[in-house]
Amino acid sequence: MERVPILKIGTTLFVSIQIDLQDESVVRLQEDLAEELAATGARGVIIDITAVEIVDSFIGRMLATIGSISRLFDAETVLVGMRPAVAITLTELGLSLRGVRTALNAEKGLALLNSTVNGTA
Amino acid sequence: MQGNYLPMDVDSSQGRMGAYMRDHQDKVVGRWTELVVTGLRGRSSAVEVRREFDDLYSLVIRVMSGADEQAAGELRAVLAELSRSRARNGFSPRETALAVFALKDAVYELVTDATDLVPEYLVFSRIMDDLGLHTFEIYAAAREQIIADQAAAMLELSTPVIRLWEGIIAVPLVGTLDSARTQLVMEKLLETLVATGAEHAVLDITGVPTVDTEVAQHLLKTVSAVRLLGAECIISGIRPQVAQTIVALGIEFGDIATKATLADALLHALNRTGYQVGKA
Repeated sequence: MERVPILKIGTTLFVSIQIDLQDESVVRLQEDLAEELAATGARGVIIDITAVEIVDSFIGRMLATIGSISRLFDAETVLVGMRPAVAITLTELGLSLRGVRTALNAEKGLALLNSTVNGTA
Repeated sequence: MQGNYLPMDVDSSQGRMGAYMRDHQDKVVGRWTELVVTGLRGRSSAVEVRREFDDLYSLVIRVMSGADEQAAGELRAVLAELSRSRARNGFSPRETALAVFALKDAVYELVTDATDLVPEYLVFSRIMDDLGLHTFEIYAAAREQIIADQAAAMLELSTPVIRLWEGIIAVPLVGTLDSARTQLVMEKLLETLVATGAEHAVLDITGVPTVDTEVAQHLLKTVSAVRLLGAECIISGIRPQVAQTIVALGIEFGDIATKATLADALLHALNRTGYQVGKA
């Protein structure tokens, strides 16, 4: 099973998914992320899914779950770089990922995080 | 199906009929043309029709003589071309089918004088019925093709994505929103958002005649897909009647910004982007 690396940059955790997502790797990512959030006290998580071409309902739901978990550690999750086809699939599946924020690309996601974290500080 | 009426055992009745028809070619084609031209009410000249039918008739004779195996295929191809061109030029199904069935009438009138040819006529009649059906099938297929082409053209025409400002794009929707259109609009809109990095999209529904629950559902889907990408969606062009229908139907747009006009939506998006709009 391939693992998705989690990079810590300042107070932000950066996850870039570059592999074909399997159910197992997403579950593993969720566990790793929870550990990392607890250990580092990061305030934000950026998940880059530019390379993800296919999602199913399970992965969609896991992405939402990751958002809720981060929220428990008082961290914002921003999903960046979603492809149009993926967005359409998630909408058709009825998953609007309410607990997760989204941005067009990593740069905008980082700006969004900075503005919300600074805003609440 | 093709050629099932053309028995390989060249039976003599067909041969006799073929010979008989060849002998009376001028008379039959003349009458045939006459019958068809009256039915067309002056949309094709007799000379044109006559030229068409002379070719057709020689093919029919070749089929009836039974000696020629390629004739049946050729005849079908010529008839297919004829009915396709009729379908494109807006002829009615009746007018198209008449082109084949009138030949039966023309020959029938002739055969009534020669009673010994009745069995041969029946064989001929069967062949003509089959050809008539073939003509009609091609006609229907051609019409369906035309409709499909037009629908595709309309779909393409009706979904432009316009750049209003740096970071603001708009989609003016014209016509009823069904699922096929929504899909296309969604795809084009999302692709443009990704390509341009725009953060605001305006869906203008001025040209949408009615907003019922289904149309609203499609709009909400589009908005939710746009949000997944990380952009904001504004719905504009809500007319007074549409607003009343939306409320009467209990449709909830939730936290989606809705504006009366495209101008209001642009101003809203500009403000959100941090532009100050005012007179110099």
